[in-house]
Formats: sequence, C-alpha cells, structure tokens
Amino acid sequence: MYEFLKNLDRRWIFMLMLLAVAIPILFELTFPEKPTGLAQAVFDEIEALDPGDKVLMAWDFDPASEGELGPMATAFTYHCATKGLKLYYMSLWPVGPQMVDDNIANVIKTDFPDLVYGVDYVNLGYKSGNEAVIKVIITDIRGLYTTDAKGTSIRDIPMMQGIENIQQMDLIINISAGYAGTTEWVLFAVTPYPDIRLVAGVTGVQAPLLYPYIPEQLPGLLGAIKGAAEYEKLVMDAYGGDIPPERKNKYLKGKLRMGPQLIAHVLIIVLIIVANLVYFTGKRRGEVS
Amino acid sequence: MKRLIPLWITAVAGIVLIISYFIPPLQSWGEDAAIWFDVLAGIAFILGGGNILKIHLKKISDRVPGWGFSVILLTAFLLTLFVGLSKIGVHPNPLYPTYAWSGYYRQNGTPFWWLYEYAFKPLTASMFAMLAFYIASAAFRAFRAKNIEAVLLLGTAFIILLGRTFAGVWLTSWIPDDSGFAGLKIENLTVYIMQVFNTAGSRAIIIGIALGIASTSLKVIMGVDRSWLGSGEA
Amino acid sequence: MQGRTIVWTLLFVLGGLFLVLRATTGAGMAKVYVKPVPTVVGDVSWTDHELATPGEYAVATAADPNQTDIVLSFWRTFGVWVAALFTLAIFSFLYSDNTLYKIAESIVIGVSAAYWMVVGFWDVIVPNLMGKLVPNMVKAWAMPGLKEDAEYLYLIPLVLGVMLLCRLGPKSVSWWSRWPLAFFIGVFCGLRLTHYLHGNFLNQIRNAIVSLVIVDNGSFDFWDSLRSVILVGGVLCGIVYFFFSFEHKGIVGRTAKVGIWVLMITFGAGFGYTVMGRIALLAIRLEFIFDDWLWLIDPTNQRIGV
Repeated sequence: MYEFLKNLDRRWIFMLMLLAVAIPILFELTFPEKPTGLAQAVFDEIEALDPGDKVLMAWDFDPASEGELGPMATAFTYHCATKGLKLYYMSLWPVGPQMVDDNIANVIKTDFPDLVYGVDYVNLGYKSGNEAVIKVIITDIRGLYTTDAKGTSIRDIPMMQGIENIQQMDLIINISAGYAGTTEWVLFAVTPYPDIRLVAGVTGVQAPLLYPYIPEQLPGLLGAIKGAAEYEKLVMDAYGGDIPPERKNKYLKGKLRMGPQLIAHVLIIVLIIVANLVYFTGKRRGEVS
Repeated sequence: MKRLIPLWITAVAGIVLIISYFIPPLQSWGEDAAIWFDVLAGIAFILGGGNILKIHLKKISDRVPGWGFSVILLTAFLLTLFVGLSKIGVHPNPLYPTYAWSGYYRQNGTPFWWLYEYAFKPLTASMFAMLAFYIASAAFRAFRAKNIEAVLLLGTAFIILLGRTFAGVWLTSWIPDDSGFAGLKIENLTVYIMQVFNTAGSRAIIIGIALGIASTSLKVIMGVDRSWLGSGEA
Repeated sequence: MQGRTIVWTLLFVLGGLFLVLRATTGAGMAKVYVKPVPTVVGDVSWTDHELATPGEYAVATAADPNQTDIVLSFWRTFGVWVAALFTLAIFSFLYSDNTLYKIAESIVIGVSAAYWMVVGFWDVIVPNLMGKLVPNMVKAWAMPGLKEDAEYLYLIPLVLGVMLLCRLGPKSVSWWSRWPLAFFIGVFCGLRLTHYLHGNFLNQIRNAIVSLVIVDNGSFDFWDSLRSVILVGGVLCGIVYFFFSFEHKGIVGRTAKVGIWVLMITFGAGFGYTVMGRIALLAIRLEFIFDDWLWLIDPTNQRIGV
C-alpha cells in the first residue's frame, strides 16, 4: 500500500475528484444553508433600497467562472427585480454583456415579463479599458456610453434621462471574476467617492484579499459558491413564496452546487492527510530526507 | 525619436493623471486621457487578433511540426471574425427597421451567438474546470506538515474547507449555540479566521503591494525604469 | 496493442454504445426546442426563436400532435452535441495529451481571439472612435440612433491606434508602436499610483487604526479586545516581514516570524477558498453533461412530462 501511494499516478486522483463531484450532482445531494454576516449584509444593503432606486449591476465575469458566479447573478437580478429597482447592467469584461443577456432571458423575461427594457432595466454593454472605464464613468457616463449594448442612443432610453455619472446610483452590485473587478471598483469608485455604496459577489480566489476593505469600503461580500448559496437562501426565504416549487431550483443553483463542494472538500482533506502519512512513513524508513 | 519621445509621452500622461486627481478643475484632462486609453484598449484587440494571424500564417508557410493545428485555429478565427463583423443572421434594431446593420451583434440565434454558446463557452469553461483536478493533485503532492508554518497553513485550510460546507456545521453541532464555547464551532472559527487573521495578513499584503505599485509607477513616469522600452533600437 | 490504445478504444466503443442507446431509447437526450416568434416592423419582418423547455414541447404536442408553436431546433441540438464533445475533448487531456485536445485547444484560441476582436470593433471602435470622428457615416450605417457631433480631438487616439497596429509590420515601422505603448503605460502608472496609494495604503492604515481596549456597556470586552489586538498586531508583524532594509534578527526577526505565521494562516484561507472556486467550475461542466446533454438529471424541472 505504501509503495502504491508513494508512486500514485495522478490520474487516480483525477478519477477520485471526478467521482466526488459527479456523484452528488447525479443524486442531487443538498444540505441546509445558514447565512453568515457578510451575506446578510449584502441582502440588507439591497433591502434598504426603495422601489425605483437605481442600481448599477457591474458584471465582470465570463463563462469560465459562471459555475461560481452565475447563481449570484441570478439571485441578484431576482432580488432587485422583486424590489422594483431600476437595473443598469454594464461590464468591464468583453463577454460580460453575454452573461447579462443570459440572465435577463432567464430571470427578467421569464419571471418579470411586465418589466420594460429601457424603462426598468438596460444593458449598457462593454467598454474596454478596465479601471480607466471606471475613472471616466464615475464623473461622466456619457464620455464612454453613448449607446446601450444594442446600439440605441442612451438619449432615447427613458431610464438614462438625467443620469450623468454613476455617483447617482443608489447602490453598485459588482460580480467579479478577477481583473478588472471588485478591487478596481473599490479603488477607483468607492475610495475617491466614499458616498458610493458597493456590495460584491466574487470568486473564491479573490475573496480573502477583499476582506481588508470590509466594511468601510465594501459593506457586503459574497465569497464563492458558498456565498451564493447563503444569499439565495435569504432571497428565497424572503421572496420565494410566489415561485412554483417546480421552478424554484433555478434560484437555488448555489445550494445544489454545495453538495459536490462538501464531498470534494472532504476528498482534498483526505488526500492531504494520506500524502502526509506517506511522507512521514517514508521519513521514518529513511527514504525521505 | 525612438526612445526619448516615448519617455516624454509616458511622463506627460502619467503626470496629467496624477495632477488631475488632486486638482478638480483639471479633472477633465484625466478623463480625456482615460477615454483615449479606453479607445486604444479596444484597438489593442485588433492587434492581438492580427498577431495571432501573423504567427500562425508563418507556422503554416514554414510547415513547422503541428502546422495542421494552426490551420484549424485560423479557420475558427476567420469564421468567427467573419460572422461577427458582418452580423450574419442579425435582424435590424426594431427601432430602426430600415437600417440592415443596426441590429445587436450578440443577438440570440445568430451564427456568432452559436459559436459563443457552443464553442467559446464550453471550451473556456472546461479549460478552467480542469483546475479542480490539478488542485487535487497539487494538494496530494505539495502539502507536507514539515514545520510550524506548514502546520498553520494546513490547519487553516482544513478549517476553511470544512467550515464553508455543511460538514463543519455537522461536526461541531454538539456544541450549543448559546454556550461559551460556541466560538469553537467550525463555521464560527471560519468566520473568525477570515475576519481577523486573514484580514490582517491580506491587509499587510495589499499595503505592501500599494507601496510597490507606487514606487514602480514613479520610476516609470520619471524615466528611471525604462525596461518596458526593450533593449534594442527598434 | 499498447495499454493506452486499449483504454482509448474501450472508452470510444463503450461511450459510443451508451450514447446510441441513450439517444434512441425513451425520451432521448440533448434536444433543444424553440418557439418561433414572427415579428413585423413596418415593411421589414423576421422570426425570433425563444427557448422552450422539453416539458413545454411535451405539453403542446400532447394537446395537438401537429402543433408548430414549439419546434425542435436542429442547430441548437447540434450545438449541445458539439459543446459536449468539446468538453470531453478538453477533459481527455487529464488522461494524456492527444490530438482531440489539441484540436479543441486550437479552436478555443481561434474563436476567443476573434470574439474579442469583434467585441472591440462593435462595442468600442464603432461607437467610441468612428462615432466621434465620422458620426454621420456611423448613423447612416450601423447606429441610426446616434446623436453625437464630430469631436476631432479623437484624431489623437486614432493616430495612436494606427501606430499601435504598426507593431504587426516590419522592424522599419514597428517601433512606432512605442508611442501608444508609452501613452498606455503613462496613463496606467498615473492611475495606479494615486488610487493604490489612496485606497490600499492610506485607507488601509486608517482601517487598521482601531481601539485595542473595547469597553462595552461599562465592562471590558475581552474577546473583542483580543480580536483588535490580533488584527493590528497581525498587520504590523506582516509588514515587518516584508521590510527587507533590516536583517531579520533579534526583535525584528521575532516580529517577522509572527508575521510569517499570520501570512501562512492567510495563505491557508486562500487555499481553502481557491479549492472551493475550482470545484464549482467543474460542477457546472458536469451539470451540463448530465443535464443538458445526457438528460440524466433534471434539477430545474425542464422535462416534466417528457
């Protein structure tokens, strides 16, 4: 056994990981969620808004991180639409507007068919330049956004009337998969203009480095799929009553993905323990220096 | 001409951005520079695409080993470029129906959308999904509790891995919520580690990064660091 | 026959058999349905296709077997197969490098490079450069709603942009690209210098200045005080570790050692969160394989009644 583990082909580890993720998905394994303070803070920031308040949905992610961030995006749109907020979507990532389009199709068009494009929500699309885009739109949105994503002049979009810059937004919700993302929104929007309120949903890789901004520069943060699952629970507990049970899982994808998370996390821990047992056995036998 | 003017451009652009941050009446200068930067960033996509075209055309013409994959790459590249730029299958914007080119190029159901939905999306997502396998393999091969630092790292990782799933809740569910030991529940330990130790460590890191970025930026703007110009004349 | 060839052959034969059985028996798999929505605006007409679930198709067909409100979409169904095969081609690299993986890799580079070029053209160059320099032409061609006047200051980014593209040319012209590059770097450094010092240096120092002795309702709060001490002490020790102007000996060395411990805990937390992220990325691909392609699971109840 020791020799087998010492020279273990990594493909066995790949196989174990595949099974650890695949089996819970196939059996739709789920566990209860208990929201933590940061998810509650995100929820409360949105709850504090009144119908008609303006929210900038800055969605800086692409399909590569949709597994982590897609459920947050769905829950954010549902929560904001339920609250009757005005949604201004934009992205600093080239594929971001596609994520916005998918979300509008999955949430707004199916569950909020009365909302009107240009009146209740708008997709402003993508602009290149990363933080330099924030630098411009923080004082002059029309310096870059002369049209929405579809090419309609923003002067013809009713909900853009009177919007000069993003300081006029009552809240910025950022979903971030990396650069440019939440760090840039904190540094280039919130830091020079501290009245701006920002909450974010981010990938697991970014989350630990964003904690120093909490709560002064970033009042709420959803970290990785666990953050999404916690926030989904809060939203569904508060506003999920009207959704037929057979359609509810669309808004609980984070919770569904926490099943494979648990098994895979346990697998990683077991792998590390086994590897250490092998290492110390080898050391005792004098095979490892 | 080849080195001096670029150094001056960098210095002027950098100083304009810095000044505009501190002097509100000059804010519009910084804005204009940022807008030009954004437009140039858009043009840089063309440079990137052009570079790929150039490299792979050369590979094909030189018949280097694996040139067949360059043919596949360029076919995918040119096909996507053609259907995207020419808005194949895109209907006009309903507000301006007589303008054939006024439609939304990402429109659902078009060939460009199809290439995104069934090629770009699954391929990029699968590439990143592979990292799950590699991180498992790395965990098995790299983490050894050789000293106190490694034990701290591993111990924290275990608590976070358990505490961010129901496993953590279940393992310490026997500790009553209202007892003096509730802070030792794994899910509470996770929160404590993130909000205290992780915040302290990350704060030290980002303060260090800020100082590094500030000093590097100053050196570049002042022309002390010229490495970005390369060593050659051209 | 080599072991690897046997494995591949077995995988292909068994996988192929499973797919044939799955596709031809029962409800089948991987079918995508759409609702054709004819649209007429003035003299122009077209048909949009809205996505419909297999469950909706089943209900519509049960009510009227000849209905055409919801139809099977050949291209989207074919697309699901293509996407699934691409996913498997990428995953095949886990066993060993192979031609299928290299083909998929070539396609992803080609498609993504072109995708970003198209995005750069339609989202930035047309509205933000051409729309500023030749607005009438852009209005007459692609953006009739554009209401901008010409701004000739945009000749500067145009010239810089052309110079940037000189990089693709021979050496005699490629050095021109240094000018726009210099502009890029200057703006980037200017932006980062100010904002990083403000947000990541000054603000972080301000955030770290907290009361070390917490008194709550007149009584000393030990746990909150300890928390503040660790928070402030951890930051200071961490910074001392990054301070290389003094040799890490004596009190500096001991402080730096504590700094390393704090950083190790931070890296451990980072590792835990990174694992979490990576697994979610794998989960969504497997959900696609099992749900959208093979129809083995139906978590969002798309196929009720199929």
